[in-house]
Amino acid sequence: MEKFTKFTSRLAPLPIDNIDTDQIIPARFLKTTSKAGLEDNLFCDWRYDAQGNPNPEFILNQPQGRAAQILLAGDNFGCGSSREHAPWALTQFGFQAVISTSFADIFRGNSLKNSLLPIIVPPEVHKELFAALAADPAATVTVDLLERKLILPDGSSVEFPIDEFARHCMLEGVDELGYILQQESAIAAYEAKRPLTVNTLSVA
Amino acid sequence: MGQENGAAKKPRTIIEKVWNNHIVAEREGAPTLLYIDLHLVHEVTSPQAFSGLRQRGLKVRRPDLTIGTTDHSIPTHDRSLPIIDKIAENQITQFEKNCREFGIPFYGPHSSKQGIVHVIGPEQGLTQPGMTVVCGDSHTATHGAFGALAFGIGTSQVEHVLASQCLLQSPSKTFEVRVEGALKNGVGAKDIVLNLISRIGIGGGTGCVFEYSSSAIRSLSMEERMTICNMSIEGGARAGLVAPDETTYQYLAGRPAAPKGADWDRALKLWRQLPTDEGAKFDKTIYIDASSLEPMITFGTNPGMGIPITGPVPDPARISDPVERESLGKALRYMDLPAGKPVLGHPVNVVFIGSCTNSRISDLRAAAALLKGRKVNPKVRVMVVPGSQEVKKQAQAEGLDVIFQEAGAEWREAGCSMCIAMNGDQLQPGEYSVSTSNRNFEGRQGKGGRTFLASPLTAAASALTGVVTDVRTLL
Ligand code: SF4
Repeated sequence: MEKFTKFTSRLAPLPIDNIDTDQIIPARFLKTTSKAGLEDNLFCDWRYDAQGNPNPEFILNQPQGRAAQILLAGDNFGCGSSREHAPWALTQFGFQAVISTSFADIFRGNSLKNSLLPIIVPPEVHKELFAALAADPAATVTVDLLERKLILPDGSSVEFPIDEFARHCMLEGVDELGYILQQESAIAAYEAKRPLTVNTLSVA
Repeated sequence: MGQENGAAKKPRTIIEKVWNNHIVAEREGAPTLLYIDLHLVHEVTSPQAFSGLRQRGLKVRRPDLTIGTTDHSIPTHDRSLPIIDKIAENQITQFEKNCREFGIPFYGPHSSKQGIVHVIGPEQGLTQPGMTVVCGDSHTATHGAFGALAFGIGTSQVEHVLASQCLLQSPSKTFEVRVEGALKNGVGAKDIVLNLISRIGIGGGTGCVFEYSSSAIRSLSMEERMTICNMSIEGGARAGLVAPDETTYQYLAGRPAAPKGADWDRALKLWRQLPTDEGAKFDKTIYIDASSLEPMITFGTNPGMGIPITGPVPDPARISDPVERESLGKALRYMDLPAGKPVLGHPVNVVFIGSCTNSRISDLRAAAALLKGRKVNPKVRVMVVPGSQEVKKQAQAEGLDVIFQEAGAEWREAGCSMCIAMNGDQLQPGEYSVSTSNRNFEGRQGKGGRTFLASPLTAAASALTGVVTDVRTLL
């Protein structure tokens, strides 16, 4: 995993609550066995019309959306299915962060494992950001994960909550599986004292 | 599982007990390393995890705690026919190859045990009280019906569990859902959970694990409990569970993977220690009066947009928050429904009876009882998709397939089917369905398709009339 560094970017506003992973990447694109090419179908049913032509109204088809590495979305972003294809599609498209007032648990966990930073801001800041973009679509913010800070267009900053371990992994590019496998002796010790177990091989 | 005991201990919830029993390691500054007792794997969310294992030269640590099945992209037409969608076929073949290569037991398209992951685990007796169960699928909470801590994970975590049988996790908050009183005729488990989600919203349980408890839950069968736990994720909770009781043990006894003989007695002793202690504290509690519930139906584009079937669709004009108002307005435009009017009586094109929420034998029996000797409205396509080959076999033994077909419904092979519409079973743009599945997101059942979520009884009633129907008028 690459190290996550401080960056400044414009924002793509998507003021819709409860954007679910079926919208981020519809299920019909999950028949792939790789991660490649998912960005082409990011928000597919909003981005393209029935004939497959880009919908000019949709933010990602506009210069403002194209220029942004941060998505500014409504409440409870990423609800629904556990598909990691959602953060894969977002990062492949070029997003490095999503700002919302809240994220669904599984999506948040998946994002952190793919260098996509879910930034939770209070409702007032969330409203201010949409207002700032309405006034100036080219407004930018700076994301500083080291300091856990989002620097707003007016220069003020707001701290965002983030799981300490996930922050460490993103900043240092730590591979979680490698970290887990280092604990082999604890895993083996636990296995030795497990009181009950099933055997899937016995019912295959 | 339940190795700790002691009367002097602080009262604990079942959620805390199962969690504590699975702690492998706790290190400063890192989440808990948690052991996973059962890992269910399917074709859609696992390919990239297997590729990851290959790249690192890793093995599957515990194939004996892992099981694979094909459900999401598999067609539900005659299995002797070839799969038309070559991309789906490749995914299924690749999955089979991955399972073979890594020694994972696998129920392929032609296995008599193939089915939806969340149907086969309980059916085979693999899902047991006090376990930790994971799957690369958000409806893994279904297994919580047995008093297991069961939750969905992403593909990176699928790889972690395949390689280490462990996950890094932080504990969730505990959320008690007390459901009291007796359900009225025509109202069932699906209505309880749709009511819960309509009240707390689809983000209401974020960061929490639900424990469903009290008299109404106790009186439900295991299959009904599975229906409720299944939709925990639709309330934002990663997991939801029901403490095990005699109903649980009776269901489990004698299933292929359930403990036998002395092992059974030993297991039972541990399982009986799991229920939440008297006086244990939850972070949140909600009460539902089951006796006041009506059949529920969704009108919008997320499962929280539910109403009693005789009630009106809410009016965006009466919502003050602008983003919320716009979200509801957008949902109603997508659904092409007027605000303020009931959906009762709205024409439907398709009725879908299936999915990990409602495709078990009791669901099919309920639908068949209503359809028996009647004909579905000829304008409606009615699909009945059993959750597994075993459910299918049982239904056929009871003659339910004949009842469905004589009524004019399609009787199909097991799989996720139109719940997720990635196998060719789907709505056409603009069509309306009454579906017993769990998600009504835009395009979930086919691009441009519009979904009303409801119980198997409401679905069967609507199949007969061709419009959204209150089943109580047909009972
Ligand atoms: S039936 Fe639907 S919700 Fe259940 S596992 Fe399959 S796709 Fe997911």
